Amino acid sequence: MQNELNNTGTAELKETLRTDELLLNMGPQHPSTHGVLRVVVTTDGEIVKEAKPEIGYLHRCFEKHAEASDYIAVSPYVDRLDYLASMNNSMGYAIAVESMLGIEVPRRAEYIRVIISELQRIASHLMSYGTYGLDMGAFTAFMYGFRDREMILDIFEKISGARLLYNYMWIGGTYRDITPDVVQQIKDFLVYFKPKVEEYNNLVTYNKIFVERTRDIGVIDLKTCHTYGLTGVMLRGAGLKWDLRKEHPYSIYKEVEFDIPVGTGQMGTLGDCWDRHIVRMKEMIQSIRIIEQLIDGIPEGPHRAKVGKVIKPPAGEAYSRTECPRGELGFYIISDGTGKPFRVRCKSPCFMNISTLNELSQGVMVADLIATIGSLDIVLGEVDR
Amino acid sequence: MTFEDIFTSLSQKFPQGILGKEETKPDASIKVDPSAIHDVLKFLRDELHFETLHMVSGVDYPALPALCVVYHPGSYTHKMIVPLKVYLPRTDEAKVASVTDLYKAANWHERETYDMFGIRFLNHPDHRRILCPEDWVGFPLRKDYVTPDYYNGMPVPLFFEDGAPTEGGAH
Repeated sequence: MQNELNNTGTAELKETLRTDELLLNMGPQHPSTHGVLRVVVTTDGEIVKEAKPEIGYLHRCFEKHAEASDYIAVSPYVDRLDYLASMNNSMGYAIAVESMLGIEVPRRAEYIRVIISELQRIASHLMSYGTYGLDMGAFTAFMYGFRDREMILDIFEKISGARLLYNYMWIGGTYRDITPDVVQQIKDFLVYFKPKVEEYNNLVTYNKIFVERTRDIGVIDLKTCHTYGLTGVMLRGAGLKWDLRKEHPYSIYKEVEFDIPVGTGQMGTLGDCWDRHIVRMKEMIQSIRIIEQLIDGIPEGPHRAKVGKVIKPPAGEAYSRTECPRGELGFYIISDGTGKPFRVRCKSPCFMNISTLNELSQGVMVADLIATIGSLDIVLGEVDR
Repeated sequence: MTFEDIFTSLSQKFPQGILGKEETKPDASIKVDPSAIHDVLKFLRDELHFETLHMVSGVDYPALPALCVVYHPGSYTHKMIVPLKVYLPRTDEAKVASVTDLYKAANWHERETYDMFGIRFLNHPDHRRILCPEDWVGFPLRKDYVTPDYYNGMPVPLFFEDGAPTEGGAH
């Protein structure tokens, strides 16, 4: 048989073994896409030849709405961008408007903001941990992650009245003050949660099956990060020690001590899916450290600066960025001196993360494509805005 | 390096291409001629260590009148961002060179700028709408954009007052 085939010539051999390429629509309704993302995958057997993300299914015209609202009314829309990290989002927007107004936020508000946004970072990374575990076939991780995230949501419900979209970080401070029993609840949570990270690492991160599924795939090196404008966990997973909380400290981040965890290629290649996962896990420990340093020393005073009911920043432009769980969230705001922003542009980190998908998935197996999408940790609300 | 240093070295290198500074508060920006933007960004990337491009966005100024493309190249070496602004005529023919070959981040951002403002990017590898449906008519973030009453024959929004279409045009 072998000889016969060889005698027929190479061209004919290729013809007889030709397999059809299959166009596979992954999503927009698919559990592994983490939202309404559609990926048009061209496969050759199990091998992915091309994976083109099609976005826009969740487009809600944030920027158009922002131009029609006054500055305060934009804030709730901002919450709905990255709905898993609403606190970080609205803090970023508040900082952008405050830099235009030139107002100083009271110390108490800064403390509350940083504590709450670090809690939100833990909640967001727990979500990422849980859903990534689910993608990799570890259902337990999902249940554990959600159980602990629930405790953070309880704290947020107590301070803001909402469980997902809080509208808590207002321009000039926070919506409400926090009470001593909330402080106690946060302390209790830290005591409970601190050993859990280790447990989750033992359960999932260092699990042999998980490591084998995530090592050496979806490798993003530093050059790719730079050309695609990737920030946050992607950048740190690729080995660059860059965190806006250290490099451009906003709020009171320069007063607290914490490390920047980076990927080291411990289980395979530097910048692979496992590296990004371990960076998220280590960041949770650093967030706990930050909260522990601040929680006992919240100063007395007002929780919101005196800003008028109508906010009119002087004409000008500001580009401010903050470190969100998924990367650097930027707000480019142009004011023309009226009560409504002339232009609000949101630079979304997830938008950049998902744009790399085609490059990352050339020649990988379909199952690895799922692992890669999971490790990008996208939220479609922020991709589509 | 500061913003002033970048501005000085850019205006020395491109005396024709750099049109001046915009001293807006709190963040200033540099005005660049549309024909020079590709070279300026290439110079920034290769010589001045601006490794990444954070954002490309559009702005519509009906009063000038002009359409504007704003680039935010970022540097990890100097720890800074320098906004560059390119003003284009406010027509449907507004076009500027794509910088996707320099920074791949520009690919999707330029598509979004086209989607929202109708600014065309020359030599773009995949020049399509990105957030709106591909058969969408008009460019939503232009200031004179009128929200349509119908999309493919379907009324938008679905609840009209007295069942009659509100202001705006039909697609």
